[in-house]
Amino acid sequence: MALLEIQGLSKAFGGLRAINGLDITVDEGEVVSVIGPNGAGKTTFFNLVTGMESPDEGSIVFGGQELVGLRPNQILQLGMARTFQNVRLFPAMTVMENVMVGQHSRTKAGLLGAILKTPSQRREEREIEERSKEVLSFFGTRLAGYRHDELSMTLSYANRRRLEIARAMATNPRLLLLDEPTAGMNPRETIELTELIGQLRSERAYTIVLIEHDMQVVRNVSDRVVVLDHGVKLTEGSYDEVSTNEKVIEAYLGRPAELGA
Amino acid sequence: MRRAVKLGLAGGAAMVLVAAIGMVAAFQARMLIDPILPLGTFFLYLVAFIFGWMASKPPVTLEGFEPARAGIRNVLAGAMAGALGGLCVGLLLIVMTTWDLRGVFIALSPELAEILSFGLPVAAAIPVIALVAGAAGALGGAVHLLSPRLRRAVLSALAWVLVFSLFTDIFGQAFTALRLEFLVDFIYTGRGGALTIVGAIVVFAVFFVLYWWMSGRTNTLRQRVQSMPRGQRSRWQIGAAVIILVVLYFVPKIMGPFVSQILVTAGIYLLMALGLNIVVGYAGLLDLGYVAFFAVGAYTTAILTSPQSPAFSPELSVVASIPFVMIAAAVAGILVATPVIRMRGDYLAIVTLGFGEIARILLNSEWLAPYFGGAQGITNIPDLQIGPLTFSTPQDYFYPVFLFVLFAAYVTYALQNSRWGRAWMAMREDESVAEAMGVNIVTAKLSAFVVGAILASFGGSLFASQIGSVFPHTFDIVVSITVLVIIIVGGMGSVPGVALGAIVLIVLPNLLREFSEYQFLFYGVLLIVMMLNRPEGFIPSKRRAQELHSEEMAQDAWLEIYGEKGQPEQVPEGAV
Ligand SMILES: Nc1ncnc2c1ncn2[C@@H]1O[C@H](COP(=O)(O)OP(=O)(O)O)[C@@H](O)[C@H]1O
Ligand SMILES: [Mg+2]
Repeated sequence: MALLEIQGLSKAFGGLRAINGLDITVDEGEVVSVIGPNGAGKTTFFNLVTGMESPDEGSIVFGGQELVGLRPNQILQLGMARTFQNVRLFPAMTVMENVMVGQHSRTKAGLLGAILKTPSQRREEREIEERSKEVLSFFGTRLAGYRHDELSMTLSYANRRRLEIARAMATNPRLLLLDEPTAGMNPRETIELTELIGQLRSERAYTIVLIEHDMQVVRNVSDRVVVLDHGVKLTEGSYDEVSTNEKVIEAYLGRPAELGA
Repeated sequence: MRRAVKLGLAGGAAMVLVAAIGMVAAFQARMLIDPILPLGTFFLYLVAFIFGWMASKPPVTLEGFEPARAGIRNVLAGAMAGALGGLCVGLLLIVMTTWDLRGVFIALSPELAEILSFGLPVAAAIPVIALVAGAAGALGGAVHLLSPRLRRAVLSALAWVLVFSLFTDIFGQAFTALRLEFLVDFIYTGRGGALTIVGAIVVFAVFFVLYWWMSGRTNTLRQRVQSMPRGQRSRWQIGAAVIILVVLYFVPKIMGPFVSQILVTAGIYLLMALGLNIVVGYAGLLDLGYVAFFAVGAYTTAILTSPQSPAFSPELSVVASIPFVMIAAAVAGILVATPVIRMRGDYLAIVTLGFGEIARILLNSEWLAPYFGGAQGITNIPDLQIGPLTFSTPQDYFYPVFLFVLFAAYVTYALQNSRWGRAWMAMREDESVAEAMGVNIVTAKLSAFVVGAILASFGGSLFASQIGSVFPHTFDIVVSITVLVIIIVGGMGSVPGVALGAIVLIVLPNLLREFSEYQFLFYGVLLIVMMLNRPEGFIPSKRRAQELHSEEMAQDAWLEIYGEKGQPEQVPEGAV
């Protein structure tokens, strides 16, 4: 059954049609890569799905529920979490706190509970802490215990990307949306992250949609590849099918002037 | 040397300014050290001292280079800057004795000329002024020659001499209350009088020895407490807290009504500052109309308790009014927050500023006068009464105010590490991301405003019952600004910082009656100096202190160069 079903999605910024009549389906347990030249509308696609921008047209159905019109926090609550292309952590909060915020929507304690330190609030606070540590332990020594109380702004670039994934995992999602998770990483870190995406799928059973420029990563992790160009889906299929498709080659190579637009 | 000239001229300008706005003349009546040092003269040459110190500060050196060794050059630079400043004052003296400028600068009076010239004829006075200012500047420069330990001890001891000479009333009062009158007679010219020369030397010597002995020892003490096993450490901490509470219990008894009143005022400001700290420091919502919540608290108590309340007068007790005060504050918080839910940053600040003014104007209006009493306000608010205890004097009010402050501090700590505290901070850091990570922005903003409003309304309620009356003009924008300055100067997000901020900004100007006229000048100078040198505040929260230095950044730079090799395409994008 399709976990995410998108039909006729469109979004224009002024005269620019960033997304234009897009249909995409993602099945439970799949890893789908979205590729395409810069400015193709990939990030805009994520913004629309997570409710950070509202679409002009189209429908987004997630787990049987229509998302259009919901606030981002409501969409997250339904089980969808994302990372950002240009890493958007909470810089002046600690590593641990960043992950703890991820559990906000899964917990209940109110202001009075915190002021009166009720037993249920304290229990919940302990659970949040334990679960955050558990999520961080997924990244092994990279985000090990001694880093937990450092401000996230002091982390290295690669670690910030990892922490963003951890924060998304802490929201307990069914679907993870990763926007260029390996951007800015060195080759060794890229390989490590590729393995990690594999583990996210095999150990944690997340359904994953990722935007990625590194073709090695795309080949290694994806079940299916969707190619976007100018807000339109050019084609989709397995990595091998897509990588030999003429339209795709043209989109990437035929108009070099537009690369990086 | 160019630096010394530049700073000398700047210092001269500052000295002339201090004289021209009347500070020197106004302060002159007060003797610091009898008979040699009146406050006005001291203040004037303090400026020379500070500029001498700045002029001879070693320039910032690159990492890995030996900083230039301090030496006679520092003293010379300081002396030069000071002397230049002195010459500027000399120039002022010539100008003001030649022409009568009092039409423009009222403060340029013959008395000021008398003070500036040390009673000498102008021609003889100028070299003397330059010499004294030069000496002050040289002393400022010489500070750099002392070893850090010595410098700390000397400057701290000097600061204590200043404290003892400025706050003679308080020390006189405290020593008398503690049956130590002989100390007063020993170091002062009498109760409330100036320090004697001997007294000044004694104070200096005592504190110098104390600091010299203590330096290096406070850290080891802290380390020892920290390395204790958990149980023992918490016993130590509880012990320290008990001692502090006992001392605080005696404070109003020893200090008398005058100081107690100042402490009560400061406590009420501190209560508001802790509330605003949640709104601005935690949630990042810059509220410039915070005084409105203070007014809501004050007027709710006034209406519910005073027999003079125009429209509705249930004549409750002050304590019984508190639950209603909380409800009214919560409603006010929601009223202010609702329209600004989708606003950010500057817009929010401007709109809340408007709300603050609207509150005051409504309270003052003829239209609502049948309910709020208009400009006449509401009088006859009863004293606070808890069971058999009646609170009427400032000394009495110290305790309830202190309890509320303690409660506010506790709330601040409790919320910091809580689900909503984290949500607020996330919202402060990046509102859209916080929302995308599951934080309900509407609830988060409303709750921050409500908590802040309730804490401020407690302040208002206590204020109304202590003063016994409320008038609209009290709830001026200046209150909002003062509370904000307290948090900024003290250290946003830090409870001890905010407390120190309230002491520096409320207690000091009120204790030094000479200064109160220049209170806002003092705030302005303090803000500028703090923003330039210590933007995180006096006692920053750990978080803000850490924000200033980052460790893995170097690694980052490396990654940016190296990472690109692994990237087929890496064009940074503007849009997300
Ligand atoms: N908020 C916005 N306002 C205006 N234009 C935008 C906005 N977000 C994206 N765009 C434009 O939409 C196009 C698609 O952008 P984006 O989705 O970021 O592409 P990419 O595929 O590289 O992630 C770009 O031309 C970009 O400039
Ligand atoms: Mg993008």
